[in-house]
Amino acid sequence: MSGLKEWLLPHRIVMLLLAVALVVWCAMNLRWDWIPKYTPLAVEGIWRTIWLLVVSIFLGFMLAVPLGFAQAVGPWYLAAPAKTFCTIIRGTPLLLQIWLLYYGLGSIFPLFPEIRNSELWPYLRQAWPYAVLALTLSYAGYEGEVMRGAFRSVAKGQLETAKAFGMSRFTLFRRIWLPQAIRNVLPTLGGETILQLKATPLVATITIIDIYAVSSRVRQDTFIIYEPLLLLAVIYLMIAGMITLGFKWLENRGPQKRGSV
Amino acid sequence: MESLELLSFSPPGWGGNLLRGLLHSLQIALGAFGFGLLIGLFGAYGKLNGGPILRDVLSIYTTVVRAVPELVLILILYYVGTDIINQASSALGYGRVEINGVAAGIWGLGIVQGAYATEVLRGAILAVPSGQIESGRAFGMPPFMLMRRITIPAMLSFALPGLANLWLIATKDTALLAVVGFSELTLETRQAATATRSYFTFFLAAGALYLMVTLISGFIFKRLENHARRGQLDLKGSG
Repeated sequence: MSGLKEWLLPHRIVMLLLAVALVVWCAMNLRWDWIPKYTPLAVEGIWRTIWLLVVSIFLGFMLAVPLGFAQAVGPWYLAAPAKTFCTIIRGTPLLLQIWLLYYGLGSIFPLFPEIRNSELWPYLRQAWPYAVLALTLSYAGYEGEVMRGAFRSVAKGQLETAKAFGMSRFTLFRRIWLPQAIRNVLPTLGGETILQLKATPLVATITIIDIYAVSSRVRQDTFIIYEPLLLLAVIYLMIAGMITLGFKWLENRGPQKRGSV
Repeated sequence: MESLELLSFSPPGWGGNLLRGLLHSLQIALGAFGFGLLIGLFGAYGKLNGGPILRDVLSIYTTVVRAVPELVLILILYYVGTDIINQASSALGYGRVEINGVAAGIWGLGIVQGAYATEVLRGAILAVPSGQIESGRAFGMPPFMLMRRITIPAMLSFALPGLANLWLIATKDTALLAVVGFSELTLETRQAATATRSYFTFFLAAGALYLMVTLISGFIFKRLENHARRGQLDLKGSG
């Protein structure tokens, strides 16, 4: 652990002490009496934020792989729509996309009796399917671009070797191309995942009670401004820290030396 | 045809409102981008040449800003900014001051942009061959002139792709101010959509406006990058 030595430099010790003093001062002098009352709601909010993050990243990545693959090596009639999709998603604000889906689709669906009478209707009347859809499409758009570079970054020799071993095209993709492409962009994916975390509070604008919405509720109910916001920032910092650690762990898991034939 | 009428510039069309919103958005984006560049330049120099304390403070700033959602930061900065200004004005004997939405947006988004710009510019300054800076120093240039004449022009070609990205983030992040209630493009759009109940028309129109800004900026930044790269060897194919 060389990390410990870095923390014990004299100026860092002073800064740490100052930080501790600041935390103690905040704990003593700011108002935290609202916390017990809102804890159950906050736990639910954190759970909802993480759930949205995980689901949208999983689905978005599933979409990003074909989007990136089509752009990297696909024929033009697949590459062009994929590129258009990524450009549109990356060129417009996520908030606008969320509102377009929620208010736009939400105002059109009730006009069709087939949809109103279908079994999906109870879900389509809630907000979360639109939030998941918007966040998924957004993540797919950004990651499609990342995966395009990732697929191109895999060394040609690797693919040729696999072909020479007689792997079928699908096996080659699954065993050689995709794993190496993902490994090459793992650091980027980690950064993008934190960006996705930072995008989740936007769903509070379509009535989903995530952790951001809980803090807004506290602010409106009690007229306390700074305390809920500071706590909210700390919560996001902790989630982002966990994502960073998780991706570090993933990066260290694979073989460190990569073939570059 | 009906939807085109809704977008016309004269009432009952809402086109004028959308364009006014776009103008506000661009104003804030430009201001925040400029403010962020200023912070970024100081931040990058501080991270590269500053003392240990300054460097640690700056890395706390960049880490925190890049991990906390922009929406939360904008809210915190908005309240902090209003409190500071109001306290200053009451100390000087004036009453409460109403904060202008554009200024609040530039202040909030600018500090967010500054963190990203610090990292972009730091990387770009590091990429400048050290011999160029040393020879500038050898000619006896004072530090500020060295920065203006050597470091900034030489790093620009490395920094521009990152800065282009930052500018696009700035234009899109202005939409966040809609949540705080400032009438930029996204909020104007929502108001128009709610009033006329034609959500698709307006949200798609606003999307087209944002996309246009993105595409035009991409074109301009490509020209700028070519200009900054003039005289440099083309690196393509040599690697």
